[in-house]
Amino acid sequence: MSTLTDPPKEQFRLSMLLYDTRYRSGTIQVIAMFGFMLLAAWLINNTLSNLAALGKPIDFGFFSEPASYDINQRLLEYTSRDTHLRAALMGLLNTLVVAVLGCITATVLGVIIGVLRLSSNWLVARLMTIYVEMFRNVPVLLWIVFVMAILIETLPAPSAFRGESPEATMSLMDSVAVTNRGVYIPEPLFSRSLGDIHLLGQSSLRFDVSLDLIAILVVLGLSLWAAHRVTLRANRIQEATGDRPKTWHVRTAIIVGPMLVLLIALGFHLGYPALKGFNFQGGTHLRNSLIALWLALSLYTAAFIAEIVRAGIMAISKGQTEAASALGLRSNRIMRLVILPQALRVIIPPLISNYLNLTKNSSLAIAVGYMDITGTLGGITMNQTGRELECVLLLMLVYLAISLSISAVMNWYNEAVKLKER
Amino acid sequence: MSGTHSHTVAFVRDTMLPEQDPPASEVGAVGWMRHNLFSNWFNSILTIASIAAIYFVLAAVIPWILSPTWEGTSLSNCRETLAAAGHGDAHGACWGVIKERWIQLIFGFYPSHLYWRPIAAFVLLGAALAPVLFSDKVPSQLLIFSALYPFIFPWLLWGGTIWMPIAALAGFVIGGLLFKVLSEKASTLIGVIVAVATAVIWWLFLAAPVAGIVDSILPIGIEAVESRKFGGFMLSVTIGVVAIACSLPIGIVLALGRQSDLLIVKYICVGFIEFIRGVPLITLLFVASTLLNIFMPPGTNFDIILRVLIMVTLFASAYMAEVIRGGLAALPKGQYEGADSLGLNYWQAQRLIIMPQALKISIPGIVSTFIGVFKDTTLVSIIGLLDPLGLSNAIRADANWNGIVWELYGFIALLFFVFCFSMSRYSMYLERKLQTGHR
Amino acid sequence: MKKSVILGAMTFAGLAAGAASAGTLDDVKARGKLNCGVTTGLVGFAAPNANGEWEGFDVAVCRAVAAAVLGDSNAVEFVPTTGKTRFTALASGEIDMLARNTTWTFSRDVDLKFEFVGVNYYDGQGFMVPKELGVSSAKELDGATVCIQTGTTTELNLADFFRSNNISYEPVPIETNAEAQQQYLAGACDVYTTDASGLAATRATFDDPAGHVILPEIISKEPLGPLVRHGDHEWGDVVRWSLNALVAAEELGITSANLSEMAAGTENPEINRLLGTEGTLGEMLGLSADWAKNAIAAQGNYGEIFAKNIGEDTPVGLARGLNAQWTEGGLLYAPPFR
Repeated sequence: MSTLTDPPKEQFRLSMLLYDTRYRSGTIQVIAMFGFMLLAAWLINNTLSNLAALGKPIDFGFFSEPASYDINQRLLEYTSRDTHLRAALMGLLNTLVVAVLGCITATVLGVIIGVLRLSSNWLVARLMTIYVEMFRNVPVLLWIVFVMAILIETLPAPSAFRGESPEATMSLMDSVAVTNRGVYIPEPLFSRSLGDIHLLGQSSLRFDVSLDLIAILVVLGLSLWAAHRVTLRANRIQEATGDRPKTWHVRTAIIVGPMLVLLIALGFHLGYPALKGFNFQGGTHLRNSLIALWLALSLYTAAFIAEIVRAGIMAISKGQTEAASALGLRSNRIMRLVILPQALRVIIPPLISNYLNLTKNSSLAIAVGYMDITGTLGGITMNQTGRELECVLLLMLVYLAISLSISAVMNWYNEAVKLKER
Repeated sequence: MSGTHSHTVAFVRDTMLPEQDPPASEVGAVGWMRHNLFSNWFNSILTIASIAAIYFVLAAVIPWILSPTWEGTSLSNCRETLAAAGHGDAHGACWGVIKERWIQLIFGFYPSHLYWRPIAAFVLLGAALAPVLFSDKVPSQLLIFSALYPFIFPWLLWGGTIWMPIAALAGFVIGGLLFKVLSEKASTLIGVIVAVATAVIWWLFLAAPVAGIVDSILPIGIEAVESRKFGGFMLSVTIGVVAIACSLPIGIVLALGRQSDLLIVKYICVGFIEFIRGVPLITLLFVASTLLNIFMPPGTNFDIILRVLIMVTLFASAYMAEVIRGGLAALPKGQYEGADSLGLNYWQAQRLIIMPQALKISIPGIVSTFIGVFKDTTLVSIIGLLDPLGLSNAIRADANWNGIVWELYGFIALLFFVFCFSMSRYSMYLERKLQTGHR
Repeated sequence: MKKSVILGAMTFAGLAAGAASAGTLDDVKARGKLNCGVTTGLVGFAAPNANGEWEGFDVAVCRAVAAAVLGDSNAVEFVPTTGKTRFTALASGEIDMLARNTTWTFSRDVDLKFEFVGVNYYDGQGFMVPKELGVSSAKELDGATVCIQTGTTTELNLADFFRSNNISYEPVPIETNAEAQQQYLAGACDVYTTDASGLAATRATFDDPAGHVILPEIISKEPLGPLVRHGDHEWGDVVRWSLNALVAAEELGITSANLSEMAAGTENPEINRLLGTEGTLGEMLGLSADWAKNAIAAQGNYGEIFAKNIGEDTPVGLARGLNAQWTEGGLLYAPPFR
């Protein structure tokens, strides 16, 4: 050990703020902070004085006013007498619906196309390349209006189903009607329904919970748990005796049996759509705007996902494939058991950022009249109340919240699958 | 031949048989098809399904495209032509609308006698980009032109006095000179701060009056065109190019800020990037169309295209920052350490070692960001700008063309496709080229 | 930061130009151009032609104001606005006036702080249905799918109408008239509702206009008129009286054909006052003496503009109806020029 002498005490001088690297970063930060706050103050000051001049101080009171407009696709009960806040909520739910549906379809399509692009079939691989290039290089907005136009122009109108010898007929044993107003599919109905619970009273955020749904979920959960117990028991027997008892029929019975009983008890039946008056009535109506947006976003995003999947698969070294085939695995098993699990680690992060893009692109719903949050809060509400600042800021915050939650999931996943390097 | 030896050795062949042709099923068209199209039953099904799909699409589309309506003057006129030509059910495109409106779809409302200017601007853009994009094939002296081009481009498009771009350029010269003098006399930091502050003051308060004064003494200029006249495809390209060009320096600053050790700077940059990337472009365009004037000092007013340019630039810079951050992260740590060991300070290291390499790796990412922004420019139609998609609505509001759908969408899609596809091919070529350089 | 500078410089050049907003009239004169907000495209009311020149009924109002103020009916910059952007464009000063078939309502006038200077078209919201549906009244539309253009008062009127009549409907909100028309023709909606003028204009372009009927119910009053910002009364007066001059010209029999003859002086003192050969009306407005003459010369009087853009001889084919002169049973009533 050597003895250390104290470094000579240096007197602090003002110039050290500039020249001494110990202090300089502090100086830069203070300047940056100062500049930033100056900019923010300037913007806020401008905004306030402009709003004062326009006579429109920031005020969110309009949210409790009646919206006075109707929304066609509403997941909760809503009438034109409800408030702007509730209209915005309907929009938010619609955004989430199309985003979730779109992500699922885009993933499925993207994986299929990505794998087919690597197919040994020359024609199919070329076709998929054309698909990918076609969708990636044309703006998504154009695709959305394009798909909408195709739906409107090529599908039959409900009036075509009318008459003695209609031009169009319902498909799947008269249960599904495909029209240019959307697709009508059967809806689940319960003749001995348990009713709904109304939550949050009369407020703008009120919602109903169907007791039938809860009952079904509870029964399903319980039977899955029971089936899992059976599997565990089978595992124990296998470990003890070496023989694995056949359990699939027991498990199927456990899952299906109680559900059947419950459904019969609730009087489950399907409500079929039927042509009444101007439109098909009954059944679930998947509107054209939803389908166009959903389809266009899925097709567009699928092209990107296909590229990600392809890159992910190609990133796995050929040795893995060869080793797997040396073990005698067939090609679809190689894909399922060897390649995909490894490729997923490469695929998932860009995949999630594509989900993010899809969600953000769903704001283009406005082009086909799908009432998402941009169409309600950022559209009609903004237009009718003239509260641009409040509406746009809130709209941005909503999207920001959605994006940040998706990013949080992504970060969590990245942590989870990170290669544990030693 | 073998026959002459047959009596001595009965079963050894000492000469080669002539090569036989491979079986007919393995070569030529048939063999190729067996290998590539019908290698097993699953592939055969796929092939047949694909052929059927191609047939149906082409059978529907080709007769529609081959429609003798290039001379049509209105939709009803087209329908008559089609009926006369025996196209059943009026099934056929009405190309008259494209013939009449394609110039509008490309140039918008730009004065027709000045079309040479946007054309020249975009041709010169290619020349200015050449030294960057094809560095091995073009003399590097062109780089001077590239540096001047950001001032030539707006001048060509918007016109007006030549002194305005020169005054803007002067800001850099003043800033640069100040930096040089001060960084020698005093510290680099003071130099940077004073130079930037002076340049900003010059641009904000002095450049325009000075340019005005010089112009009144020596008026040199070309006809000014207001940005309102911009429209169609030209508007999309202009927004895309300006946004990317402006976002590049901002993106570099943001990327450096995000990587820096300075906590406050870092959080400001991260906040900005994540905010912009978290909201859809359309909300930023709403800001441009409804709010930006409210954020500016009372009485400020600049036209919607400039406001859109500002917002799209901010949007692009956040994405650009991430691309460049990726480039920075891809550089081996040795490069940073090497720069440090040479005794270079932060800015020298960035300028001489880090940035040239990081930017080079980032070029494919920058190109794909550009494609993305370029495609997203179609969103401006939602706030009422007449880009190709917005114009298609305006055209359909013309009584003659009311009811036209596919022709316009198809034409616009084709324009975008050609542009984006060639860009993405270029980017792939570049990626390959860069890859070999780094391995 | 290289390339962003040009932009900064330009924005500030624009800033310098916009900052001096003493009065809109002075601004317009100094600029030599009128910035007029119009729709992005509605048959008969405003649409660009192949040469990029805007044409239509609303466009003619802009041109008349430009001619009155600047003496040149082409000194107009047409700013296309959507239902969403139109009010902010006007409030922020981006446009000097808005002539975009905008309904005069209380809240727009009072709450949004605009000034409607008059009515250039009296309209009302109507319904169009295909004849084959056999519907003769809007009250029979229970359960129908209705196409509406968003960003207008239409969707509010519609909600109120169906609610007060206690019948259900399925709204299909659509951004532009062209798309609404496409959906309606393809049968994706049973009914198209918008202002009756828009319905007629849309129907006029159909293959088979006779196959569609406009239902008798007019469910709202839609006085459409140009508007300006609240508070700038001089400018408001200029726009108001330019519009009135067009209306009065028709009433007084001044047409683009006899304009120059009349401008030489007539026996009718009101015509003389209007055309500036007598009195100082132009001076009072801060305009030249021949302001009204220029405004009328731009596209003719109200009747001529109407006939040329949306009248019965055009594809739009609208009858004058409420928009006839008060002397002929309509509502057009220009206050006296005195």
